Amino acid sequence: MASELQAIYVMWIREMKRFRRSKSRIISTIVQPLFFLAILGSGLRGASLGGMTVDYMDFVAPGIIAMSILFSSMFTGISVLWDRQFGFLQEVLVAPISRFSIIFGRTLGGATISLFQGFFILIISLLLGIKVSSIFGLILTILFMILIAFSAVGFGLTVASKMRDFQGFQIIMNLIVTPLFFLSSSLFPIATNPAIPKIIVNISYVNPLFYMVDGIRGSLIHKDYAVDPLINLVIVTIFCIFMMLLGSYSFNKTEA
Amino acid sequence: MDIIKTDKLTKKFDDFTAVDNISFSVKKGEIFGFLGPNGAGKTTTIKMLTTLLFPTSGEAYVAGFDVLKKRNEVRRNIGIVFQDPALDTELTGQENLDFHARMYNLDKEKRNSRINEVLQLVDLEEKKDEYVKNYSGGMKRRLEIARGLMHYPTILFLDEPTLGLDSQTRRAIWTYIKKMNKEENTTIFLTTHYMDEADSLCDRIGIIDKGKILIIDTTDKLKNSVGNDVITLSSTNLQKLTKNLEEQSWVKNTKTHDSFLTIGVEKGEEKIPIIIEMAQKLDIKINSINLRKPTLDDVFLSYTGRTIRDNGKEHPWKKFARQDFRGGK
Repeated sequence: MASELQAIYVMWIREMKRFRRSKSRIISTIVQPLFFLAILGSGLRGASLGGMTVDYMDFVAPGIIAMSILFSSMFTGISVLWDRQFGFLQEVLVAPISRFSIIFGRTLGGATISLFQGFFILIISLLLGIKVSSIFGLILTILFMILIAFSAVGFGLTVASKMRDFQGFQIIMNLIVTPLFFLSSSLFPIATNPAIPKIIVNISYVNPLFYMVDGIRGSLIHKDYAVDPLINLVIVTIFCIFMMLLGSYSFNKTEA
Repeated sequence: MDIIKTDKLTKKFDDFTAVDNISFSVKKGEIFGFLGPNGAGKTTTIKMLTTLLFPTSGEAYVAGFDVLKKRNEVRRNIGIVFQDPALDTELTGQENLDFHARMYNLDKEKRNSRINEVLQLVDLEEKKDEYVKNYSGGMKRRLEIARGLMHYPTILFLDEPTLGLDSQTRRAIWTYIKKMNKEENTTIFLTTHYMDEADSLCDRIGIIDKGKILIIDTTDKLKNSVGNDVITLSSTNLQKLTKNLEEQSWVKNTKTHDSFLTIGVEKGEEKIPIIIEMAQKLDIKINSINLRKPTLDDVFLSYTGRTIRDNGKEHPWKKFARQDFRGGK
């Protein structure tokens, strides 16, 4: 048992070290959402959209928080691919450690990094004057952030287990993640906007990202959300468990 | 005592049989080598013995543990240096070793003293705080060997330990391998397709080709089996000459390869005139002739009918061995 804990710890610390040393990754993952928030947010400040009752900055901040966590966690999951490419995965797999600990340590590492980014964006948003509904809402927001982080690592692991090269990764990002991101109501209201075609609304309801973004919005600013935050929480929790199981199953199955 | 023992070990990838019914054993404390061309099944065998691949059939015991049923026990007892580098290049040398030590649950004191010890063994103390991405190929290999030794394995597996390194570095690595075999009493199982490597390192050698073991014996015995001396010649009508030579009692064995005939004999210097005389009688013109001590190349040739260099191209199933091993607990 002690050896498993040691392994989880060392997998975690490795992620931390790698992140701290990758300047480009730090810059891109922090600066990009910041641009979204500062430029898109202030650019559309004062704009009015159907189904949006608050200032655009307030509206978009939950979406950007979700996005930054999502993309960063996914990256960690997919970085298993790098390890495979550079052979390091073999070193990990041949150690007398259960697969579960390996995945758990790695997931924890990825989630920590993305949560660090998520909190960074959250604090910036608060500094930019986002109106927080309540302390309870803030706690709920943090809960959502954690669930998003773990779900996305699970998704990344699943994708990485199925792929052998980096081209596949690009395709997944462009053809799956981007449309899902647009259909999550992160950048514009969907379910609360009566002018949006019914079909788009229906699609957004089967999009797990929608519940994540809607959940954060519902708990953080408590305005312009479509589903009760607590129901969102249940849905996102179930999705998170599913993604984690799928991720570890895939990682177990196909290796190096 | 046999520290590795396999019984009819087999691995198939779809229709390819990469490793075909091999049975062998390795004694504690020896340096045992698998010699064979690319794609002979060497890496696949290592991956099965190190629990990274499941055998299709057959059994294997490493350090007394079944590689199928006691995977974690096997893993605790072995160290591996993979054919392709398996280091985290974003970490320093020291950090790579520390990562490994923690994965094998060494306590803090042991960890630090052992890291220094193995770094000393491979002369990397001064480079330990540099990122591995700045290491040269030889340094990476040395670091991997050091890492393989971190957790005091009873057996160290080395898959083509000097592949792609310059001759000076290769010699240095051979020295380290011999040193750790002596000083740490580590049993070493290595694979190579370099004759000189097998020759200089191994106590015993198994020649493997197309998934089958052709022979296992000590290096000296293998070389002696070819004859004390080897005569290589080329001539007109090589076939006729071969036939006549084979009838002579002093010819231990013959092998034709391309346009050359290789003959194993005793006291080769006395046999050259006899051969030339014989050829003249048969009206055959000898183009070239030379005499030398046998090498493993000759051994390989005599068992497979071709030299190891003929196998430059990779076998099609090689990629399976490298990529498609599966995990599981």
